[in-house]
Amino acid sequence: MTDLFVAVLMRDLRLAMRRRIDTLLPLVFFLVALSLFPLGVGPEAQTLRQIAPGIVWVCALLASMLSVNQLFAGDQADGSLEQMLLAPQSAVALAAAKCCAHWLLTGLPLIVATPLVGILFGLSTPALLALVAGLALGTPILSLLGALGAALTLGLRSGGMLLILIVLPLTTPALIFGAGAVSQVEAGLSASGHFSLLGALLILTAVGGPPATAAALRISTE
Amino acid sequence: MNSTNPSQAVLPPGSRLRLFTFAAPARFYALMGALLPWLWGLTIVLAAAGLYAGFFVAPTDATQGESYRIIFIHVPAAWMGMLLYLVMAFWAGIGWAFNARMASMLARAIAPTGALFTFLALWTGAFWGRPTWGTYWVWDARLTTTLILLFLYLGYLALVNAIDDVKRGDQAGALLALVGSVNVPIIYFSVKWWNTLHQGATISFKQAPTMATTMLVAMLIMTFAFWAYAFATVFMRTRAMVLEREAHTAWVDELAKGRMPS
Repeated sequence: MTDLFVAVLMRDLRLAMRRRIDTLLPLVFFLVALSLFPLGVGPEAQTLRQIAPGIVWVCALLASMLSVNQLFAGDQADGSLEQMLLAPQSAVALAAAKCCAHWLLTGLPLIVATPLVGILFGLSTPALLALVAGLALGTPILSLLGALGAALTLGLRSGGMLLILIVLPLTTPALIFGAGAVSQVEAGLSASGHFSLLGALLILTAVGGPPATAAALRISTE
Repeated sequence: MNSTNPSQAVLPPGSRLRLFTFAAPARFYALMGALLPWLWGLTIVLAAAGLYAGFFVAPTDATQGESYRIIFIHVPAAWMGMLLYLVMAFWAGIGWAFNARMASMLARAIAPTGALFTFLALWTGAFWGRPTWGTYWVWDARLTTTLILLFLYLGYLALVNAIDDVKRGDQAGALLALVGSVNVPIIYFSVKWWNTLHQGATISFKQAPTMATTMLVAMLIMTFAFWAYAFATVFMRTRAMVLEREAHTAWVDELAKGRMPS
């Protein structure tokens, strides 16, 4: 089980290294989408600081959903997905490895880039730390739920939009607690409750997500 | 192969009634056909009685005036919207786990009715909110959860309709509905902690209801009317689906020949 996990994870990372531009696209999308908001809302520092956590979270959500669409598509197109599902090892390990690779390739870069965004939106250091901590707990949830959506919509004509429609409602709790934590800190309150709930959501999704994704892959490739 | 025309006999003579008798599409089709006129009749009678009681018999509310009367549609619709999602997830799960075709068809047939009730709850809630709260929409816990529930219905409908293969559509829809039903309480509580303005539940099983008896009776009658309506529309939709999916079978062929004179 672990050897399949490691093998798939290393393979996905190696593939990503060979297609560097493709791999950077979610991050670029995240930054471009974020920098559109001040242009639309106006350059007032107070307003921007207030809406920053929400926008960062929504842009992270969209960046995850737009990139997760391709998570299984390439493997399905060249038939390797079917081979991996036929392997004696558990499909749950495959699903978990795929989610993990997606998080390392999209979630992690977003978290690393967030301090830069904090400067653009004039966030205070405590608020910025809360935002980064929230994203660190929340982006794996997005990858896990996104992978489920990608497995369900595998090979469908309107896959991309459909994935966003079915996954976004499920991500609302993560969005609420992630963005809420920053507001708590900015109001001078403790955000530990929000982080505990995000952590609980992460555990729940990490336990339930990969088996559901594995089941969805079996349904979609039958 | 039994050649009894199922449109005439719900249960073929001489056969015993068993637990799974109506899991056969032909028998289910006939049973639903027999029940439909009663269900529609029940819907009309109950809705007429409930609306009459709600609009003409129930007293005017002391604080909200006449505008509260929309609850006779709003509250039952909201109940049905939530309940039907769980019922849909249940039947979709049964259909997936036991490969039961009728259960999967039932789940698909429930989704549009559930979405309709959820939309109706939001719509009537907006009309109630305007005179009472002074705004059509507020981002409070129950409104937001209901809106997300509507999105979950739409996601389910979009997914099952985007998949051409019937079996894959049924199973993928079942998985999504089950994941969604696990998520609904989480969404509800997260949104509740986020912001709350909606008045607390008026009807609770823990304590005596604080509303006039006539109001309660009218609301319960409307709830039963919506139940009957939900059964009727779901059965009609299921019947259409049975015919579509069983089009290659002998009994549908006979049915078509019997109905349409050549």
